[in-house]
Amino acid sequence: MIAPSRLLASLLLLLPLLAPAAPRVEDSIAQRAQACTLCHGKEGRAAADGYYPRLAGKPAGYLYKQLLNFRDGRRDYGLMSELIAPLSDAYLLELAQYFARLELPYPAPQPPGVDAATLAQGQRLVTRGDAARRLPACAQCHGEQLTGVQPFVPGLLGLPRDYLNGQLGAWRSGQRHAVAPDCMAQVAKSLQLEEINAISHWLAAQPLPPGSKPAERPAAALPLACGGLQ
Amino acid sequence: MRRLHLGLGLAALLLAGLGALYALNHLDEGASSASAPAVTPALVQRGAYLARAGNCMGCHTARGGQPYAGGRGIPTPFGTVFAPNLTPDTATGLGAWSSEDFWRALHNGRGRDGRLLTPAFPYTNYALVTRADSDALYAYLRSLPAVASPRRPHELRFPFGTQAALAAWRALYFRPAEFRPDPAQSPVWNRGAYLVQGLGHCSACHAPRNALGATAGNDDFSGGMLKALGWYAPSLHDPAEAGVAGWTPEALRRWLRTGQGPQGSALGPMGEVVLGSTQHLSEPDLEAMSLYLRNLPQQPREREAPPRPDAPRRALGAKLYEQHCASCHGAQGEGVAGIYPPLAGNRSVTMGSSANLLRVMLRGGFAPATATNPRPFGMPPFASQLDEREIAAIASHVRNAWGNRAGDVTPLDVLQAK
Repeated sequence: MIAPSRLLASLLLLLPLLAPAAPRVEDSIAQRAQACTLCHGKEGRAAADGYYPRLAGKPAGYLYKQLLNFRDGRRDYGLMSELIAPLSDAYLLELAQYFARLELPYPAPQPPGVDAATLAQGQRLVTRGDAARRLPACAQCHGEQLTGVQPFVPGLLGLPRDYLNGQLGAWRSGQRHAVAPDCMAQVAKSLQLEEINAISHWLAAQPLPPGSKPAERPAAALPLACGGLQ
Repeated sequence: MRRLHLGLGLAALLLAGLGALYALNHLDEGASSASAPAVTPALVQRGAYLARAGNCMGCHTARGGQPYAGGRGIPTPFGTVFAPNLTPDTATGLGAWSSEDFWRALHNGRGRDGRLLTPAFPYTNYALVTRADSDALYAYLRSLPAVASPRRPHELRFPFGTQAALAAWRALYFRPAEFRPDPAQSPVWNRGAYLVQGLGHCSACHAPRNALGATAGNDDFSGGMLKALGWYAPSLHDPAEAGVAGWTPEALRRWLRTGQGPQGSALGPMGEVVLGSTQHLSEPDLEAMSLYLRNLPQQPREREAPPRPDAPRRALGAKLYEQHCASCHGAQGEGVAGIYPPLAGNRSVTMGSSANLLRVMLRGGFAPATATNPRPFGMPPFASQLDEREIAAIASHVRNAWGNRAGDVTPLDVLQAK
């Protein structure tokens, strides 16, 4: 014999199952992050107005700095800046840490659309830089595997070449900034547009090493002073 | 002889006109006998609080810039006005200003050099501020670290930025007057009126503006379209818009303190106000503002009948709503308490102007991260997901489902909102 109160309680527990399509919403950071993933997708997403980069698995410090850069006007994309304008540093950090923890598969590399000589030029600049111009290799800061370095340096693989071209172009033209000294601006401004194209094509064509994650620390001292790393 | 008389008459008329213009621009500008109070930590603290009540930082801080160092561009229908540097830097800020100069800016809308200030600086509201409060604000601003941040000239279309145009505007629309308490009302109501009409400058957004940008007064809150921002500041006199006569005092205090209300959160410019100003105000001041606002005269606006419904558009809207909106706002527009607002019976959805609904659908928004709601939920922007036909369909559906009744939204409306 079930006590009437217990019976009532059991029936009440069943109520949500009977209600028509009640939204399944929880008070969690994942639920809050849904305001981001509509555009960014799980693994990045191309849209009519440009490419929304992947957030999952990027170093938390990097994501956090980018959120601050958007909110405080050092990066220029109105929709993004406006959306996060009323959010605090602490909350932006929590969102950044949430996305950094996500482990999701990466898209397949893009077949390169340029000739072998251009690709070789891209590979040379990425892996060795150009000592004559005191241009460091991408790998010196972004990790030997190019998968980024904790906590502030992003990986360069798994990104579409249009996005890479767009960002390097924005650094070069002064549209994208970081906190001074702005090492990426310095690098991008010393690159020719053809070199940026070669770098983007080579990077976008590389597969990610299996189970790739950002390196825990840089392999050697960084070649430039970067305000974004403090 | 007749021509001489005519000439003299015209000259006299011109002189009289100029005299009137001069007099109307120098009302209430006699040398003040008030002596500046001694600067004490308590005075500075009081000034800091009043600066919050006026949300001075909101305009006088550039995005990511030094607080109060100016530089933010305020878009107006006449061009962009750049807020100047309020820090005590001598060359570029208020370093050389006396408390008398500062009072004259607030009370008379006149700069230290005697030039007339643009009314984008809401001196029409600040004229109500008492001399004691002005001195406290001045003491606080003097206590800030000096930041060298040169003034950026306004970018106003001719002739709106000229001294002659400003003098004419003031002669038409501005009479400096300190706040006079209404003896028929309680001290709490009067405190609320002082804050709302004065430092709070609520009418700067919530009042409609005429072709020359003037409002009908500091106690007019009958709704203003912020054209340059794409937001509509709804009427506080209309129960179908944002009138709060039916709210409990607790609900309105909570709205001002947290930005959270029974039908959703403060977004856009109102979110900025909660974040930068009202969340920092004392409970007695919130109570005073709440009492004043809940007792504003209510006049429901004549509503034009919704145009003939576009049935296929609404049907498309219902289908898209299921796909894109129902997982958060509910199949019946019921929302999720405290997380996602209900759309059924929501005034922001059904009010005459669809500007805010479209704005939020297109560009999304987070509630302000306040001390009491530090991890707000947000709505993603749909501008890059759905085209104007689809946005118009969903908007028309939610404005007419679940007992809602309002005019349909057309793709043209959506393109204009973009």
